[in-house]
Amino acid sequence: MEPAVYEQEEQVQQTKPKKKFRPGLFLLKNASGMFGLLLVIVSVSCALFAPWIAPMDPTEAQLTSRLAPPSISGADTEHLLGADQIGRDLFSRIIYGARISLMVGFFGVLLAMVVGTILGLISGYVGKWMDDLIMRLADIQLAFPFILFAIIIMSVLGTGIWKIVIILGLTYWVGFARLIRGQVMSLKELEYIQAAKAVGGSHLRIIGKHIFPNVVSSILVLGTLFIAEFILLEASLTFLGLGVDPTIPSWGGMLSDSRNYISSAWWTATFPGIAIMITVLGFNLFGDWLRDKFDPNLDV
Amino acid sequence: MLQFIIRRLLHSILVLLAISVIIFFSIRLTGDPVTVMFAAGEPSPEAIESVRENLGLDEPLPVQYLVFLKNLATFDLGESFRTGLPVTEMVVDKMGATLLLAFGGVFVAMLIAFPVGILSAVKRGTAVDFFGRIFSLIGISFPNFWLGIMLILIFSVNLQWLPASGYDGIEYLILPSIALGMILSGILARLVRSSMLENLSQQYVSTARSKGLKEWVVIMRHTFRNALIPTITFLGIQFGSLLGGTVIIEQVFSWPGVGRMIIDAINQRDYPVIQGGVIMLAMIMVLVNLLVDISYSLIDPRIKAGGGSS
Repeated sequence: MEPAVYEQEEQVQQTKPKKKFRPGLFLLKNASGMFGLLLVIVSVSCALFAPWIAPMDPTEAQLTSRLAPPSISGADTEHLLGADQIGRDLFSRIIYGARISLMVGFFGVLLAMVVGTILGLISGYVGKWMDDLIMRLADIQLAFPFILFAIIIMSVLGTGIWKIVIILGLTYWVGFARLIRGQVMSLKELEYIQAAKAVGGSHLRIIGKHIFPNVVSSILVLGTLFIAEFILLEASLTFLGLGVDPTIPSWGGMLSDSRNYISSAWWTATFPGIAIMITVLGFNLFGDWLRDKFDPNLDV
Repeated sequence: MLQFIIRRLLHSILVLLAISVIIFFSIRLTGDPVTVMFAAGEPSPEAIESVRENLGLDEPLPVQYLVFLKNLATFDLGESFRTGLPVTEMVVDKMGATLLLAFGGVFVAMLIAFPVGILSAVKRGTAVDFFGRIFSLIGISFPNFWLGIMLILIFSVNLQWLPASGYDGIEYLILPSIALGMILSGILARLVRSSMLENLSQQYVSTARSKGLKEWVVIMRHTFRNALIPTITFLGIQFGSLLGGTVIIEQVFSWPGVGRMIIDAINQRDYPVIQGGVIMLAMIMVLVNLLVDISYSLIDPRIKAGGGSS
């Protein structure tokens, strides 16, 4: 018995060393992706723990600190990143603003993902006129830039977080649907799917058990990249006054407020933009890395 | 060929029809535009009735839509609720400035993306390539209107080199074009890179090299020329989102274009101006896409064979 065990151990040692996990090497090779993940974690933490991180109430106006300069630039104020035109603490508002951006990004992508995945699966699996119909619909959506569509709808409906989420979800399903349709069409010709059909597997079972698991990684990669885009779109709409309610602290809203004070208070225009950039860059770097890792052929 | 053009044409018309339906009915979700028009005062029921009749709002919705469509076909976009001016005239008046800005954006994007993309491809896997990639990612990671604000802060407020708002000469075009073109340059640089890489591995490149041509001739005259085809198509497709982007950039730089007109109209609830402006922008986009598709298939017959069967 003993020699056999010994031999087995030796074999394991022969194959393992290459795959041994070296944290330092891993980090170095995946620096950009890990850096992205770090940025994402920072902004998600800000959103989750905003009341504990923010030093002040983000909606409380102190008239004495109207347009107070930031203390990090050497000014003698109690505002780390300065204050806005009615004396609200910029740093606290930026921390709370992360909530809006991430909420819109996350739930918007979730909706687009669900709608797009269902339509993509139907389009690719059923084919025929269903496919024609859904792809025609997709063409129309692609031909019409989101911002114009959103301007029309939001000018009619008025501002609101959930309205943006719904509009984003119902316009950006196309990306997911096209991706999944393409993969399903090639998957369903494969032998094991044909085999599953031949032994009498129901359509739902084939989709759920055999097709869906194969497209999950692509969906997640695309979703990560879309969160980045959605955060930018929400900020743009709010900047135009067509997004989130102006009374709620949001990055786009802060930039919109800052426009009249560019020459006198540079900090009001600078820091909210940096917050957007850090978050969006985080999702883009991380998503880019995910794609390289799991789905190098994905074209987005 | 003719068949392909006709099919693309029909498709474009279908898209425009769908867009007109979306715009027409979503605007009417608010209910009666007349109540909005009279929001300031308290009009008599007779006054409301006569305005409704004048604007054709007493007809059922489908009839109103058909009238809207008929007018659209003759480029009659109605009159502004506010000023009474014909919307078509207003849009045509502002469209020049918007298109100028959009072309400025494309120009900036090409100016940045071509060198970055070519260098990244030629120096593949080196530090240059890595920084090119980081540049592309950063380029798509901030909102263009924020870049606009920062450019104003640096070049107008602090250095006082360039004007921050309005349009009164070529120097006014510089900052808005950079703000608009930057994101596009990030995406474009990646496309140029991958397209260059694809072409660099082709046999004609080895042939050109083996003829003893200088390396930069091989790259610029032979490879880049071929890599340019997908790039131009991509720019055509992106022109639409660029036009969408002008709406925001015009707001930042007080640019006298269609986008700013639309946003002003939204604040004044001037629905004919909103729908007219959006429809005209959409029409231009669809037209550009159509032209790109057709010219692409003329330049490269392989496309038609591929696109025709699907």
